[in-house]
Amino acid sequence: MIEARDLTKDYGKKRAVDGLSFTVKPGIVTGFLGPNGSGKSTTMRLILGLDAPTHGDVTVNGRHYRDHASPLHEVGALLEARSVHTGRSAYNHLLGLAQTHGIPKRRVSELIDLVGLHEVARKRSGQFSLGMGQRLGIAQALLGDPKTVMLDEPVNGLDPEGIHWMRNLLKGLAAEGRTVFVSSHLMSEMALTADHLIVIGRGKLIADTSVDDFVARASQKVVLVRSPELERLQSELAGPGVEFLAGGRGALEVHGLTTEQVGEAAAGAGIALHELTPQQASLEEAFMNLTRDELEFAAELEDVVA
Amino acid sequence: MNAIAPAARLPRLEAKGQVAFRGVILSEWTKLRSVRSTKWSLAVGFLLTIAFPIIFAFATSSHWGTMSPQDRAGRHPLEIALAGVNVAQLAIAVLGVLLISAEYSTGSIRSTFTAVPRRLPVLWAKLIDYAVVSFVLTVPAVLISFFATQAILARHDILQISFTHPGVTRSVFGGALYVMLVGIFALGLGAIVRNTAGGIATFAGIFFVLPPLMNVLPLSWNNAISQYLPLEAGSQLFTLHHGAHTLTPLAGGLVLAAYCAAAIAIAAVLLVRRDV
Repeated sequence: MIEARDLTKDYGKKRAVDGLSFTVKPGIVTGFLGPNGSGKSTTMRLILGLDAPTHGDVTVNGRHYRDHASPLHEVGALLEARSVHTGRSAYNHLLGLAQTHGIPKRRVSELIDLVGLHEVARKRSGQFSLGMGQRLGIAQALLGDPKTVMLDEPVNGLDPEGIHWMRNLLKGLAAEGRTVFVSSHLMSEMALTADHLIVIGRGKLIADTSVDDFVARASQKVVLVRSPELERLQSELAGPGVEFLAGGRGALEVHGLTTEQVGEAAAGAGIALHELTPQQASLEEAFMNLTRDELEFAAELEDVVA
Repeated sequence: MNAIAPAARLPRLEAKGQVAFRGVILSEWTKLRSVRSTKWSLAVGFLLTIAFPIIFAFATSSHWGTMSPQDRAGRHPLEIALAGVNVAQLAIAVLGVLLISAEYSTGSIRSTFTAVPRRLPVLWAKLIDYAVVSFVLTVPAVLISFFATQAILARHDILQISFTHPGVTRSVFGGALYVMLVGIFALGLGAIVRNTAGGIATFAGIFFVLPPLMNVLPLSWNNAISQYLPLEAGSQLFTLHHGAHTLTPLAGGLVLAAYCAAAIAIAAVLLVRRDV
């Protein structure tokens, strides 16, 4: 469980995180979504106490991260920025972390095997590829068998097999009752993994919702309709805020109306319908629609200030 | 590289412990010994600490016959024996800075502070580990230097000095103690500056640039102040003869220790407060 209340972080004059309040619940995968530079990594650093908030507060499993007696058993984190000494081997990096908590050496080997780094575990990590570095970070996050797992852009640099593995792993961790908090700037990735979404833009909360609701809410009202009397239907439906696009082969895409509105209008005019389908926005479109407003607003504001 | 294990299930960890200081000391020791460049630097520093006085002794011995009286007067057997301390202090100081600054430059400090979010135990553990390592390496180095240089200079009675001669034992071990304190001071600087180049430059400024600058002061000021600078004060630990404007070995050692305490105290306050 992660609870943020009015979490705010300024770096000089720049506000990186702006009054975020949210709760990340155990037992599900919560996606933390936002464009690059929207404050996701900063929020994660605040959660871990690496950076101190300017205002507000954030706790993990009921306490500030710093106040836990066994932090690695409470939260396992993969940070976006490199956090391994390039001259040290993966094995020694993990061993050094394990020793702070008295975690045995065989646990280190176990995690190295789990992420498939066995053959390179004794090599200097500075020679690792991006994907290997990412696997080491995942081993580090899981070392302490933590109640809460927090991963910043975990699929970065992973091959398709690794991405698939990661999805299953995250779902498995959540199914075991852990809190799983995963950031990404890719909506499509979150759609396959996450149950719940926390969306931020410019450091502000944009949405805190289930994935299904998010799509429904962000979808534009677009309806695909087929009818033998398309022209008459079009004149019945015409009005302010309603637009039409030719859908091809006797179909019409109606923008700005729901399926109910189209269906009732057709019934009222006695027009037969052969198809009436709500067009769901893709997750990526939904995400763009939500964050676009935020970005446009910010851009306008900057123009005004400048 | 192995394929990723197909079972994407995390094995449970049966016994869960807490952060213990003993563990942090062990962890910092693992980190210290597991970087190749650190091991090499320590090994090279160790060898040079011995090699430098030996070369010095050979040169003195072979040229003794042709040296002027002034030149001869400038050669003291203990100074020859402990000439390696100057090499050792530089190696230990650079590594002391690196021990912390490299954590920042590589980003491993984020992992370190995620495991020990209270942060201060990390500083104490680094301090203890590094002090022990530098002392344990320097003691045999200066002992070997002493007896080796004495053996090389055996033909010259005037360059012989007994290990039990008053002040000699203290100077030899004092040399090792001095190097250890320099390492602690440098570690503190590294934690304050958090940058390798900056940390080493600050160290060099305080130890090697500041003392000659004192010569621009009026002589009475220079005499009053210079003896309290860390290099000058600390050097008394391994100096046999003490003049009018130098501290005693004990006082000099305490002054250098006070500089170390101040550097570490500032480092500790900043370590807890600053974002990483």
